[in-house]
Amino acid sequence: MDYTLISDNYNFLLLGLINTICLVSLALLFGGIISIPLAILSADRHRIFGPIIWGYTYFFRGTPLLIQAYLIYYGMGQFEFVQNSFAWPILRSAWWCALIAFSLNTAAYTTEIFRGAIEATPLGEVEAAKACGMSRFTMMRRVILPSAFRRALPAYSNEVIFMLHGSVVASTISVIDILGAGRVINGKFYVFREGLYSAAVIYLALVILITQGFRIWEKHWHAHLRARPTGTPAPAPKH
Amino acid sequence: MENIWEYRDLIFIKGGLLTIQVGLGSLVIATIFGLLGAWAKLTTNFLLNWLAMGYTTIIRGIPDLVLMLIIFFEGQIFLNFAGEWTGLWTYVEISPLTAGIGTIGFIMGAYYTETFRGAFLSIPNGQIEAGIACGMSRPLIFRRIIWPQLVRYALPSFTNNWLVQLKTTALVSVIGLQDIVYNANSIGRKLREPFTFLFAALLFYLVLTAVSEIVLRSMEKKYSAGVRRV
Amino acid sequence: MSQANATLVVEDIHKSFGAVEVLKGISLTAQKGDVVSILGSSGSGKSTFLRCINLLETPNSGIVSVNGEVIEMRSGSNGQPMPVSRKQVERLRTRLAMVFQSFNLWSHMTVLQNVIEAPIHVLGISKAEATEQAKALLDKVGILERMDYYPAHLSGGQQQRAAIARALAMNPDVMLFDEPTSALDPELVGEVLKVMRDLADEGRTMLVVTHEMSFARDVSNKVMFLHQGRVEEEGDPQQMFSAPKTERFKGFLANTRD
Repeated sequence: MDYTLISDNYNFLLLGLINTICLVSLALLFGGIISIPLAILSADRHRIFGPIIWGYTYFFRGTPLLIQAYLIYYGMGQFEFVQNSFAWPILRSAWWCALIAFSLNTAAYTTEIFRGAIEATPLGEVEAAKACGMSRFTMMRRVILPSAFRRALPAYSNEVIFMLHGSVVASTISVIDILGAGRVINGKFYVFREGLYSAAVIYLALVILITQGFRIWEKHWHAHLRARPTGTPAPAPKH
Repeated sequence: MENIWEYRDLIFIKGGLLTIQVGLGSLVIATIFGLLGAWAKLTTNFLLNWLAMGYTTIIRGIPDLVLMLIIFFEGQIFLNFAGEWTGLWTYVEISPLTAGIGTIGFIMGAYYTETFRGAFLSIPNGQIEAGIACGMSRPLIFRRIIWPQLVRYALPSFTNNWLVQLKTTALVSVIGLQDIVYNANSIGRKLREPFTFLFAALLFYLVLTAVSEIVLRSMEKKYSAGVRRV
Repeated sequence: MSQANATLVVEDIHKSFGAVEVLKGISLTAQKGDVVSILGSSGSGKSTFLRCINLLETPNSGIVSVNGEVIEMRSGSNGQPMPVSRKQVERLRTRLAMVFQSFNLWSHMTVLQNVIEAPIHVLGISKAEATEQAKALLDKVGILERMDYYPAHLSGGQQQRAAIARALAMNPDVMLFDEPTSALDPELVGEVLKVMRDLADEGRTMLVVTHEMSFARDVSNKVMFLHQGRVEEEGDPQQMFSAPKTERFKGFLANTRD
């Protein structure tokens, strides 16, 4: 392995890193925003929206992200009305197409995670909220969602890592993400190890960082679930 | 639409069958790696523990496509190096199909390792002790007490892993295998109907997912007889 | 006193679950300061009756009124009755606080957060004021030093006392207790009963579904005995316990030890 080749071309990898981080975090942000109302409606078994949301999540969870990204990037141009619409400049850009595909994909998975967590809210805690005279909105905002988010955290941390893993699909539609940068280096210098191994190490480091981050977050957020320490328990941290 | 019908053989029969072939072939490899990995993690041998730990951590930390590209190239080099070193064979070229099946199997094996390990740990130790107390031999205990419960506890996670694995097969198109994705994409773009063809490929995967779910969930039901639903 | 200025009036409540009629017409009037014990074997409908009062269960027919204000019902789309205004129900629920058998503290909040939650977000009291009031209540039920603990880190008796403080924080007109000591280990029952006794002494209006005969006899001023969804016997506790009128209540007392 030629390490100087990697250090000389760190700017490619940096660009790739920035693109991957931007794509993944924006997708998680948009996906999260979309998924909360969808999860509430589908946990509510809404008569009309329930089946529609089920169809949406089933479709995006049941098919490969690669084809979803292809469909948006290569597929949309088939229709003239799309080419004539205001959205065409966005749909022509691989970066934006990747973001759209990732957001819709992670929203589907996150909806299912949150729906499960909302449905697992202990019935007694909901009744206690009702008995206090809370409106449905207050109850959702103050009791159900905060407790559901905490329950969803372990599953959600997996989803974040899967999204990072899945984001390599961007490189197949010509976005310079981490893997894309690795392949650019390989192609430019006719090597194969340098670029790919650098990408692998960067991904591994990101996964370790994310895992550790969630571990700390969980520790803080799950204080209410931890077994009672022996002896005199320490009081909960002040928020 | 009529174009899809015209190219149905190339897309659904040739490409689709290749996808299914990659999926099922890699499932066999992944199950073997998974059982080996679980055994290596549960055994008391320090070296094996350490090896299995490294296997699952690295594989689950790196995206599948990156691993696939690395293993695709390195596997070829390693094989020829091994042939030369042992003198058993000269230059061989791994076919992309073998590489695809082997790589996906090797990657997913890390996920199945956790599936089988978790399932084994779910079996109450008392049941094994009860078997010993009845004078059952070790193979008999494995066959009659451990295995049926292992299947039951492993199935839900096995199902989830298989659904992930099924979707992973789409990545073999990136290393040049002419599966359903590759064919749908290339023909669709040639005929200027990429959406139609790619959507057909999506529906193909959706059907595979639905069928897998129905089969595996009904197996779950069968194997969880006598389990109280909470 | 007449019904007109009663704190709580419940008239002829009927409730069915599917084909099973659980309540077959139950009425109750509670004046300010009344402590009503509701007795009955399991399946007699006593918990359902309590849950119909604050509409955790919607009764099939009957009237509930709090401080003279009747909860208005109408017939819903499936023919079952439903409240006309959810707002009204929510408002009246703040006047009827409930203490549950299984505490139902919000597990992701500390004890203090549990107590100040509804005063801040339902009644609209400032956080400082709610906290001050909550601390006084927690002191009263004897768990002030546990206010920063999460429910999972407390004993059952402490959790139930925290739940009582949460109910008191609403400053309700009526407190509904749904078997508040049934989920507790025997040695923890006393601490909760003591708090409830104190509340009765200070003149709180309380409806208590319970199996604690000593509480029913000594603390309450009115006892209702339900059997298969009907009021079998009701009246003054001293009279009922010393000279039960019905065979069923006699049998019930014989089978229940203090």
